[in-house]
Amino acid sequence: MSVDSKLGYDKAFDHVLRLRIMSILMVNPTYDFTSLKSLLQVTDGNLASHLRQLELATYLRVEKSFSGRKPLTTYSLTEQGRKAFQSHLEFLENLILQNKSFKSSITNKKAENTELP
Amino acid sequence: MKTPEEELAEIKSMMEKSTRFLSLSGLAGVLAGLYALVASGLAWFWIYFPGSSWGSDVAPLSFKELLNRMLLLGLGTLVAAVSSAYLLSRRKSASQTQVFWSPASKRFLLALFLPVALGGLFCFALIHERAFELIPAAMLIFYGLGLVQASSYTLGEIKNLGFTLLFMGILAAFFPSIGLLCWTLGFGVFHLIYGALMYYRHER
Repeated sequence: MSVDSKLGYDKAFDHVLRLRIMSILMVNPTYDFTSLKSLLQVTDGNLASHLRQLELATYLRVEKSFSGRKPLTTYSLTEQGRKAFQSHLEFLENLILQNKSFKSSITNKKAENTELP
Repeated sequence: MKTPEEELAEIKSMMEKSTRFLSLSGLAGVLAGLYALVASGLAWFWIYFPGSSWGSDVAPLSFKELLNRMLLLGLGTLVAAVSSAYLLSRRKSASQTQVFWSPASKRFLLALFLPVALGGLFCFALIHERAFELIPAAMLIFYGLGLVQASSYTLGEIKNLGFTLLFMGILAAFFPSIGLLCWTLGFGVFHLIYGALMYYRHER
């Protein structure tokens, strides 16, 4: 997963499921696999493959333990993941600002045109 | 994916959903409602029975005896309701293999118990000042405030239950003569209704 420096767009976040996982981990210190699954309403395999991709990008940390007899896998963000998510947020905000100024420049031009006799 | 606006909305909604305590058991609400109905039935009997037309031959309880019984009854109801809520929520979270002591559940408990604990102290002050007729109102209002505050960390139905109890509390404050009735409706009937609603929506 590389960051395209020109666009500031992080490929790690181009899938909605990975974006959701990262959003959850931004506001929760840790989150376990089953809770993620029930919250995101996805299958085990689908969730595991996206978690694996984020883990490979070193955006999240995995810890395995037991809750009674059931295995409990918890995930948390690494410092890198946190930074990447924040820059992704900034990227989105910039995109919105650009769109706004673009739209307003068009409407301004239209307004100028209508003022002409 | 979609437009950046939609993506930001998606992020926000995920952050919101994941910080809620979702293991809260609706069944526990139903049980708490039942305990409250039984307790208020007993209280009704002890307070009003001697005065009613068909109970005129029953001697009224002495004031001290009545106060002791009411305190024990209140404490018993509280312990029963809290322990069933704890056990049933614990069971719900285990059956969904979720972490019970999550940051969300701690935030939920803190938000709920601060107003409730203060409300309890306030009710003792009311007993001390002999303003007994305001106790149902105080209980309803403080508990309602706790629920409304805690509702942002759990299932949405809790917010409506909170507002309903606040309404009953204000009603009971202005009309203390129907205080026990408001208490029974609020803690008994509405707990039961909202608990059942939560059970059918989230645990079926």
